[in-house]
Amino acid sequence: MEGATATMPRLAVLGAGHVGPVVARLAIRAGYPVAIAASGDPGNLALITEILIPGAEPQWAVDAVAGADMVVLAMPLHRFLRVDPRLLAGRLVIDAMNYWPASDGVLEAFENGRAGSSQIVARRLEGSAVVKALNHIGYHELEQNARPAGSPDRRATGVAGDDPVAVAAVAEFVDGIGYDPVRLPSLAAGQVLQPGGPVFGRVLLRPEFDLAIGTGPAAAGAPVLADAQSGKGE
Amino acid sequence: MTDQAAEKRTSAPESVRFPLVFGLDTFGDRNGDADGKPVSHAQTIRNVVAEGVRAEQVGIDFFGIGEHHTDYFPMPAGDVVLAAIAAGTNRIHLGSAVTVLSSDDPVRVFQRYSTLNAISGGRAEVILGRGSSIESFPLFGYDLADYEELFEEKAALFAELLKGEPVTWHGTTRPPLYHQDVVPHTESGPFPVWIGVGGNPQSVIRAARLGFRLALAIIGGQPARFAAFSQLFQKALEKFGRPPLPVAVHSPGHIARTDDQAREEFWPRWRDIISVVASDRGFAIPTEESFAWEAGPHGALYVGSPETVAQKIAANLRALQATRFDLKYGMPGLTHEALMTNIELYGQEVIPRVRELLAPAPPGPPSSGSS
Repeated sequence: MEGATATMPRLAVLGAGHVGPVVARLAIRAGYPVAIAASGDPGNLALITEILIPGAEPQWAVDAVAGADMVVLAMPLHRFLRVDPRLLAGRLVIDAMNYWPASDGVLEAFENGRAGSSQIVARRLEGSAVVKALNHIGYHELEQNARPAGSPDRRATGVAGDDPVAVAAVAEFVDGIGYDPVRLPSLAAGQVLQPGGPVFGRVLLRPEFDLAIGTGPAAAGAPVLADAQSGKGE
Repeated sequence: MTDQAAEKRTSAPESVRFPLVFGLDTFGDRNGDADGKPVSHAQTIRNVVAEGVRAEQVGIDFFGIGEHHTDYFPMPAGDVVLAAIAAGTNRIHLGSAVTVLSSDDPVRVFQRYSTLNAISGGRAEVILGRGSSIESFPLFGYDLADYEELFEEKAALFAELLKGEPVTWHGTTRPPLYHQDVVPHTESGPFPVWIGVGGNPQSVIRAARLGFRLALAIIGGQPARFAAFSQLFQKALEKFGRPPLPVAVHSPGHIARTDDQAREEFWPRWRDIISVVASDRGFAIPTEESFAWEAGPHGALYVGSPETVAQKIAANLRALQATRFDLKYGMPGLTHEALMTNIELYGQEVIPRVRELLAPAPPGPPSSGSS
């Protein structure tokens, strides 16, 4: 996986909290050029990148995105609602976020209807190609579970989107950082990757993953989520 | 506080070594009786008082209570419980673990803990954070989406209050203060304040910027991955012109006579509680396999015999360059008796063993802990 070249797609990671630095580190290890941005001055990220993500370049979000082939959204979903969609227009966007009302607060935009959170993200980002990926592996496990291609214990992970070219690019990226990509035919189908769904937070090899999401992803999304929601609280 | 001398500014931060400190934390996990039925909230709280007093008797340095507002963690007013423990003890430090500052008033938090500091003769501490306690937000009318802003502003005000001088402050999360004297004053300067961090590096930077100590809450995955956070914290302190400060590790566990007994007692309760919070927090439901991994040498749970747990604590303190370990003991449904055994084994066997494992070759370990 080592050996960066100038031809590798350039990655912008938006978010320097729990998830962002881990994704950035995996990408750097796989040879991708990585810029990382949080909500403010990149100077505030200098120490974090120096110690936690050596090789990543802290930038203003607008600069990071401008120079990127792929943008990873690795911020809490309620923060995403403050992002100007124009920032991401024309970009390939990896949505690694999840909607947890108990953690984000209740977000009206994500409450109604049957759409998955990434579909709602995509609606806000009309000019972008949105692919759902990396949301269902705990940030604390992302690194310890990464394995090179061919490893017998390589973990499967879903890649869902409506644009096949974008999905293929993200699948290649996911493969590069150490996971077996399972392509799902649409963003709607990506609902199976959400919290409460059959693969969320579970370490699954490819055959187990395929089994868990069943034959048709459409069958798996909504009922499982409904179960998870009703199971909360005291 | 004996460690204040050790925290004086020094030109050789790498050489500073803080005394080893061993604590216990509880969320007021609702006890079960011998038949597995839950005991009352009131009895659980009285049991926590007894557990805190017992902790001092067996040589534990710190006893912390985490704020929670649920049926299985009926512990919204830990400072009151700590005051009762203070009345029955002389040496042990007492603190929150954590105080959910975002949904509280920093002035009131300061007043409650400086009162505890007065009652206990200077033994109060505060750990600020969110922990897993999100139920306080709707309870007190706060929006979780504002969490970051609330915490940032309130933590900064708390740092001002700690200085002990009249405070002038204005912000968006509470009414302004004009040269306000906030009582009771402490007798010997600020009490120790920590920020609990669960994996967000920006929180590490914030702790350093405000001059608070760092408590790493590690409840899953490989603890070793937090080593860089320790390093980040010390570098950030340097950058902000502050002296080195200690790093603590907070992790859940359960100690019994044997590994098997500890696992048998802990596992079903761990499974149950994580299953309850899983849908809220995005955790995976634990399986026997994932539990065995977490309780094994590379995971985050300290479940086993005294020797197993001592080895793991020593290894992780070393790996994380931390000098304090707080065991979050108990789980909803465990009996008070099992918790007392856990506390006794921790104080009488685990802690001496960890001190032995971590003792530098020439001088002996510090005779008594004090954070």
